[in-house]
Amino acid sequence: MDYIVEMNNIRKEFPGIVACDDIDFQVKKGEIHALLGENGAGKSTLMNILFGLYQPDSGSIVLRGKKTNIANPNIANDLGIGMVHQHFKLVHNFTVTENIILGLEPTRALMVDTRSASSRIRELSKRYNLNVNPDAKIEDVSVGMQQRVEIIKMLYRDAEILIFDEPTAVLTPQEVQELTKIMHSLIDEGKTIILITHKLREIMSIADRCTVIRWGKVIGTVSVSETSEEKLAEMMVGRKVIFDLDKKEARPKEEILSLEKLTVNGKDGGHGLKSFSLGVKCGEIVGLAGVDGNGQSELIEAVIGLRKPDGGKILLHGEDISNLSIRERIEKGVAHIPEDRHKHGLVLDYTVQENFILKNYYQPPFSARGLLNWDTIYEHAERVIKDFDVRSGQGVEASARSLSGGNQQKAIVGREIDGNPDLLVAVQPTRGLDVGAIEYIHQRLLEQRDQGKAVLLISLELDEILDLSDRIAVIYNGELVGIVDADETDENEIGLMMAGGKRGAAV
Amino acid sequence: MKTKVRVKKDFYMSFFAILLGLLAGAVLMAVTGNNPFEGFFYLFRGGLMNIERIGNTLATATPLIFAGLSVAFAFKTGLFNIGGAGQMLIGGLCATAIGLTFDLPKPILLTMIVFGSLIGGALWASLPGLLKARFNVHEVVSTIMMNWIAYWVIYYIVPQYFKGPFLETESQRIPEAASLKVPWLTELFNGSYINLGIFLAIIFVVISSLILERTTLGYELKAVGYNRDAAEAAGINVNRNIVLSMAIAGALAGLGGATFYVGFASNMQIGVLPSQGFDGIAVALLGANSPWGVFAAAVFFGLLHTGKGFMNAMTAIPPEVADTIIATIIYFAATSVLIERNWDKIKKINFAALLNRGKKDSLKAGSGGEQ
Ligand SMILES: Nc1ncnc2c1ncn2[C@@H]1O[C@H](COP(=O)(O)OP(=O)(O)OP(=O)(O)O)[C@@H](O)[C@H]1O
Ligand SMILES: [Mg+2]
Repeated sequence: MDYIVEMNNIRKEFPGIVACDDIDFQVKKGEIHALLGENGAGKSTLMNILFGLYQPDSGSIVLRGKKTNIANPNIANDLGIGMVHQHFKLVHNFTVTENIILGLEPTRALMVDTRSASSRIRELSKRYNLNVNPDAKIEDVSVGMQQRVEIIKMLYRDAEILIFDEPTAVLTPQEVQELTKIMHSLIDEGKTIILITHKLREIMSIADRCTVIRWGKVIGTVSVSETSEEKLAEMMVGRKVIFDLDKKEARPKEEILSLEKLTVNGKDGGHGLKSFSLGVKCGEIVGLAGVDGNGQSELIEAVIGLRKPDGGKILLHGEDISNLSIRERIEKGVAHIPEDRHKHGLVLDYTVQENFILKNYYQPPFSARGLLNWDTIYEHAERVIKDFDVRSGQGVEASARSLSGGNQQKAIVGREIDGNPDLLVAVQPTRGLDVGAIEYIHQRLLEQRDQGKAVLLISLELDEILDLSDRIAVIYNGELVGIVDADETDENEIGLMMAGGKRGAAV
Repeated sequence: MKTKVRVKKDFYMSFFAILLGLLAGAVLMAVTGNNPFEGFFYLFRGGLMNIERIGNTLATATPLIFAGLSVAFAFKTGLFNIGGAGQMLIGGLCATAIGLTFDLPKPILLTMIVFGSLIGGALWASLPGLLKARFNVHEVVSTIMMNWIAYWVIYYIVPQYFKGPFLETESQRIPEAASLKVPWLTELFNGSYINLGIFLAIIFVVISSLILERTTLGYELKAVGYNRDAAEAAGINVNRNIVLSMAIAGALAGLGGATFYVGFASNMQIGVLPSQGFDGIAVALLGANSPWGVFAAAVFFGLLHTGKGFMNAMTAIPPEVADTIIATIIYFAATSVLIERNWDKIKKINFAALLNRGKKDSLKAGSGGEQ
């Protein structure tokens, strides 16, 4: 059998944990090979080893039949291996072109020749339908676009073996479809793809084979045509996963959050939010559906206090909070699971236990008279990581940076839900989580609701919105298209509304 | 427990930097035709050979400890305080002014001097803090400018109000009662420059480390330093912390100024920015921004500074070699980030194999030459 990549007996230990426990992993040339496993199973670590970012403690890598030592990413590049990381590695105040050529700048007469680079980027963008503007600055483009920049970066380097680490966690459903197309055209050109994803449906639809790992060990490699979502989930978690939620009838009570004609100007020419009115009641989950960039982030930032509204009111329990500070809002019971976990969610250089007190370190029992109470902080953190199954090598004393992407997410979700907030603004709460963790988080969100708390759920995953919400508000162009009961609607209707069609208009 | 792992690694890094610095110094001594072993012997002997020299080493280290703490503290909040020199001048001015103005018993006067220089430095440094918080003026630019403002303030005030009896360019000597030097300590160290400043420095090392590790204030400051956006989203008042961090940094440097001008020295000269203010950056770097690391680094630098004269007197090695060693150490401490990034690889390097390969390469090169 001719494998293009063979990783034999790969072992990698971090303090307190074996991230890769003698892993054997083989990829055939020209296939899409999915890598599946729980959060913290060791997927990213294994791929970082293949890409030369980490050195394995033992084991060997055979590429195209030849034993190779991949000492650093430059060597990986030379060997035709490219990788799109789970957390993108782009320089924010550089342009797309500058980011793509970083490290292999073409020069002409000692000057960096950006012109020839950007024309090549344009060409690639056209060929793969990536729609990337080489002159845009990274800080101005959406996450989906950043993703495509990373893909071009890989193609620009003529990579043959393409590693995608959870590329679809941050994409809208449309973007996922586009990415699928791109992947197929890459395969047609003879390239090989390794795809890490938690979305079983994606694996079923585009992958050829799938390797499942659990706790750093390979459970098995299966051909996708001979398996099912249920089987994959069971292999990965080690038990049956119930995909159906136990969702009771909602019993909404008084309104807790009322947005009255809320207006927020968009960031440099964006849509912003235009006279948006919405109410969220205690004891219900309201989903906010919409295509990315239609005013969701403005709404979120206004509610939690990162941005002052330009008009209208935000009422919490009937009291106008538009001029309160972020801290005052937190103290009034507003919690927030942010969209960008590295930017707004975690202090990566703090330990897990330090991150758990980020919002209430100054209150008892975590501190008294300005002194931190480390014993309590430790015990509290121990409990939360157990409740939310946050896995790491060194428990609560691991730095947040060392956690796997999904475990970082679980840590944030754990912190916010554990505070038992009256209103939880949850943005993509299950981004990057494995199916088991998603099931658990969904259960916890429903529990919040059943206890009479309110949840405002913002997600690009229509399924998630439909499964969890009691009512669904659709936003388009910064305006409210309509509100529908989750029981009385379906994907199609929401989809139409997300494109701006009023309810009933298209039926 | 994580902190322990971290500290250990930082320790190795700094140790590595020092080793490389000393190595560079040795090469330099050898190149200039001197015996490095002899050089180092006299360099360290000069800083340690008797109780007086040890006292001088500690006295030289004292302002460095404060300057280093100042930089390190600001750095924890993500701020780069290059204004240590100016803050020291202002602290020194406050101390000198109090010392020359009030005629009070020593304990009271010294207490006033300590608080005066602390407050002076804090206010001086909070200005760049405010500029950063309000108008996003980069603190590197504004603290450097504040250095020159302090320089000219001293230039004006000292001759105007505290002129010395002989020279226009320096202030009067402060009275005995206003000096941090105390007879028992001077006697204990056989007439060295050592003064109460060293105890003050130790107290503030302890306080700084307590603030950073145990208090909610330190937690906030560090959170802002590590990730401003996340701190803000968590409800922490970022601007307040920036001002506060600069004020604390300034207070530390101001105290350093007091220990220098009314401890180590006994009057102020105009037209000089104290070099300790800048050396503080190096001290903080080598001390990995931890208070006790700063302490150790400052004492080490103090040792080199004290010993270099002796080395020069006993050998033909110019004292600049000691400065070169310091500079090289700073260089390697600064680039230790690179070392750290490749730490795993360094640990894994198979030196034996490398040596063999080196031999092979040279063989090849040799045979190439023959052809
Ligand atoms: N640099 C590091 N230092 C310490 N531990 C690490 C480091 N990188 C990863 N780990 C640990 O190794 C384990 C595997 O992490 P990895 O990132 O490979 O998981 P993953 O399978 O990609 O998970 P996810 O689906 O959440 O992204 C985790 O327990 C993580 O905490
Ligand atoms: Mg991962």
